[in-house]
Amino acid sequence: MAVEKLLKDEATEEKGERARMASFVGAMAIADLVKTTLGPKGMDKILQSTGRGHSVTVTNDGATILKSLHIDNPAAKVLVDISKVQDDEVGDGTTSVVVLAGELLREAEKLVNAKIHPMTIISGYRMAAECAKNALLEKVVDNKLDAEKFKADLMKIAMTTLSSKILSQDKEHFAKLAVDAVMRLKGSTNLEAIQIIKKPGGSLKDSFLDEGFILDKKIGVGQPKRIENAKILVANTAMDTDKVKIYGARVRVDSMAKVAEIEVAEKEKMREKVQKIINHGINCFVNRQLIYNFPEELFADAGVLAIEHADFDGIERLALVTGGEIASTFDNPESVKLGHCKLIEEIMIGEDKLIHFSGVEMGQACTIVLRGASPHMLDEAERSLHDALCVLSQTVNDSRVLLGGGWPEMVMAKAVDELARKTPGKRSHAIEAFSRALVAIPTTIADNAGLDSAELIAQLRAEHHKEGSTAGIDVISGSVGDMSELGISEAFKVKQAVLLSATEAAEMILRVDEIITCAPRRREDRM
Amino acid sequence: MALAFDEYGRPFIILKEQEQKTRLRGLDAQKANIASGKAVARILRTSLGPKGMDKMLQSPDGDVTITNDGATILEQMDVDNQIAKLMVELSRSQDYEIGDGTTGVVVMAGSLLEQAEKLLERGIHPIRIAEGYEVASRIAFEHLERISHKFEFSATDIEPLVQTCMTTLSSKIVNRCKRSLAEIAVKAVLAVADLERKDVNLDLIKVEGKVGGKLEDTELIYGIVVDKDMSHPQMPKQIEDAKIAILTCPFEPPKPKTKHKVDIDTVEKFQTLRQQEQKYFDDMVQQCKDAGATLVICQWGFDDEANHLLMNRNLPAVRWVGGVELELIAIATGGRIVPRFQELTPEKLGRAGLVREKAFGTTKDRMIYIEHCANSRAVTIFIRGGNKMMIEETKRSIHDALCVARNLIRNNSIVYGGGSAEISCSIAVEAAADKYPGVEQYAIRAFADALDAIPMALAENSGLQPIETLSAVKSEQIKENNSCCGIDCNDVGTNDMREQNVFETLIGKQQQILLATQVVKMILKIDDVISPSDY
Repeated sequence: MAVEKLLKDEATEEKGERARMASFVGAMAIADLVKTTLGPKGMDKILQSTGRGHSVTVTNDGATILKSLHIDNPAAKVLVDISKVQDDEVGDGTTSVVVLAGELLREAEKLVNAKIHPMTIISGYRMAAECAKNALLEKVVDNKLDAEKFKADLMKIAMTTLSSKILSQDKEHFAKLAVDAVMRLKGSTNLEAIQIIKKPGGSLKDSFLDEGFILDKKIGVGQPKRIENAKILVANTAMDTDKVKIYGARVRVDSMAKVAEIEVAEKEKMREKVQKIINHGINCFVNRQLIYNFPEELFADAGVLAIEHADFDGIERLALVTGGEIASTFDNPESVKLGHCKLIEEIMIGEDKLIHFSGVEMGQACTIVLRGASPHMLDEAERSLHDALCVLSQTVNDSRVLLGGGWPEMVMAKAVDELARKTPGKRSHAIEAFSRALVAIPTTIADNAGLDSAELIAQLRAEHHKEGSTAGIDVISGSVGDMSELGISEAFKVKQAVLLSATEAAEMILRVDEIITCAPRRREDRM
Repeated sequence: MALAFDEYGRPFIILKEQEQKTRLRGLDAQKANIASGKAVARILRTSLGPKGMDKMLQSPDGDVTITNDGATILEQMDVDNQIAKLMVELSRSQDYEIGDGTTGVVVMAGSLLEQAEKLLERGIHPIRIAEGYEVASRIAFEHLERISHKFEFSATDIEPLVQTCMTTLSSKIVNRCKRSLAEIAVKAVLAVADLERKDVNLDLIKVEGKVGGKLEDTELIYGIVVDKDMSHPQMPKQIEDAKIAILTCPFEPPKPKTKHKVDIDTVEKFQTLRQQEQKYFDDMVQQCKDAGATLVICQWGFDDEANHLLMNRNLPAVRWVGGVELELIAIATGGRIVPRFQELTPEKLGRAGLVREKAFGTTKDRMIYIEHCANSRAVTIFIRGGNKMMIEETKRSIHDALCVARNLIRNNSIVYGGGSAEISCSIAVEAAADKYPGVEQYAIRAFADALDAIPMALAENSGLQPIETLSAVKSEQIKENNSCCGIDCNDVGTNDMREQNVFETLIGKQQQILLATQVVKMILKIDDVISPSDY
């Protein structure tokens, strides 16, 4: 009797060495895929969607690339997952985390081939990760108390983050934009308050930060184009036909005359509603839903600026900026808080008309207008700016800062190496391997920049042998440079998240000794 | 195929479409069944113990699960074989009953089947084997009772409980911070436990996970965490001394179940209807306000108008809260779930010291914490972790730890782990075997051998020499008459599990042996497998 078939027809099962090989290969393939995008001289990828229109995305953001891939290898999915989480949690370092996890697995593969048990490797990695984290903790700089210095730190971090993106040409300009925007948030991590509007045309340099708020809408016909000292009512209410919400209500009439009467009543109802709104003493009304012609006309008659169909985010943000509240009923005007701003006017950016609210009450929110040659460029610019904003807002909360340019990796590698020398037993091999994986990151940065990585890393290592070295890779000049002089900084939180997530992912993949793939669910339709 | 004939010589049709079915009979059937049972056990064998490996499972939809929890692996494996399904059931029932030891029970059953196969080859009747196993399992059961220790702990001294939970957690991926997780699990169980009645309602412990942060950030919250945010973005984010109205009716106009129509045929009706509607919303909000509520938690959605009215009256609200969560909130805050606005009275409101909204990460993730509740019996374990898989796995591990702590509170007898209990049982069963006359003696001896499989697998997974280690430990147990000698999985240097603080609950172990024996008996009794042939 042969071994009975256990699983369903199309299910596959891979065991032991084969399973481990499959997951190593998958994970490393993913890491290699994004490897070339790492660092200031990293290259971009073109992603073409399989959907309709084959829309094209050009990016070097690790998370974006991985999100768009259709992956079948389960281990690779683990890596995609960590990069996504990194994106959600700190916003930057999405490539680094995948590359580090890939390198850790590459080293682990060698160790497994040298007959070291995966569990031993894992315990070594754990010790190493702990030690690396402590090494970083010792070196962090915290300038929270000194506002001047802190701002300089933020600026440096923004520049470092942006330097690997498409915005690197104008990184100073954008770093300033990002820092200004984040500083306005006053410590909150609510990035929704920062609005990014993309308008094709002009060049990236023309992008600007606006202190007020810009709504990508048009002002209704025949209404004032410019209002000073505006009182704004932000609403979410139906301004088409105010439906009767009681269930089952319907109109049943027996003559045309009755229809006309009801129509009049309906109009009257709308007129009343508009009147109530106007009675708030406002001169600007912003609604989330549509405003039909009739009420619009009424508003125009009353000299009130009515803006329809502002999307939900726009409404929320507008409410946040102007200090008003979002209203849906209008019976007691005294209890509704109105929003205020100094000036509402229609402005032109490129060829589009937008509504600009300036002199707003609460300075938290602001708008960044991005200009650029093509939609792809703008999309990528938005992603880059988003990364920078995320990192900055996290740094405002956790103000610990490290140097960049491969410096943290070298610091960690040195500490881990020392640990390896002190640790007896097989684990020391794993710890050593961990340090090699760490060094792979500056190596990749150098390689991507077309530099002689072997030479540079050797120099860097020697440099780091001295106490308190601040040496890192200066990609621009292609040599080892002083990172604190060059002003290249990174947020501690990002580095820590990279280190911990990558170790966790590598550990998870290492622990697997069997892969069972269930038969794919049968699709009823097509396919 | 067998055919039966009636008195006229016509064949009876016993099986419909006989030719299209495959049929296995007699010894072949038993061997086939044993082979598939063994195959399942073999998959789980490497996941046993603190150094056990994980399995990666890809579901039909392409989602990946990484786990070493026996019950989860088998559940997700989507097996097709009937006997394999029995094994899946076995592990599931251990999971329901005890919550831990789901891998062990399958490995145990597998090795019992393996031993049975050998006996079958020698021509022993399967029923005799089954009977022998039954006798042996009873011996083992009683022996476990004898070697068990009473285990002292109290609400103030939780250290022993923490130690036990740590044993459970050490075989999982979370063993990096097993100490803190074990403490969380024990504190959670103690918070909901009724020490007098020795009863623990695990439903009161909610395990919630959120991707991001690190495992160390996992925390125990004496209260409830709801994955929702305030219904209006401008409602206050923090409420102290909240009085909570827990509603299961929507803030919407009534929808009678019976079909009805409201006909509007005159202008007056149209206008009264409109006023009615407005009044209706107003009344609803007013009723909440009148009852003295400072926070409304609702199972259903709100109309925009109602939402604004709530906002306007300064009454924060949360909408679309799930039924289970609603119940938990009601338990925790001591409130009553109110199905109608009319029934809202001040006594029915729940109380909580602090309700706050907390944001996570860079995305728009917010959660509502309800803390310092009137009745602190409902707690939440809030797990953070690097990725979704990690969270899921941590949830499963925490669940196991919770179950262990609960079992200890129910019955505070323990046996020592690391395979020591199995070895000790194996010795006892072996010794008892000689007293039984008849063929069962062989089956009992086989049972003893099968018990050795668990320490053997433990040793193998820990990278030790299985046979050498096992025999060394066994001889040590007999020589020193010490039932606490087990496999030194973590390379600590001592075989005494008392020193290593590795123990398991007595009922868990007993259940394992009983369940495994039962399933094996069932499998052995099958001598005919009829299945539709491949289509």
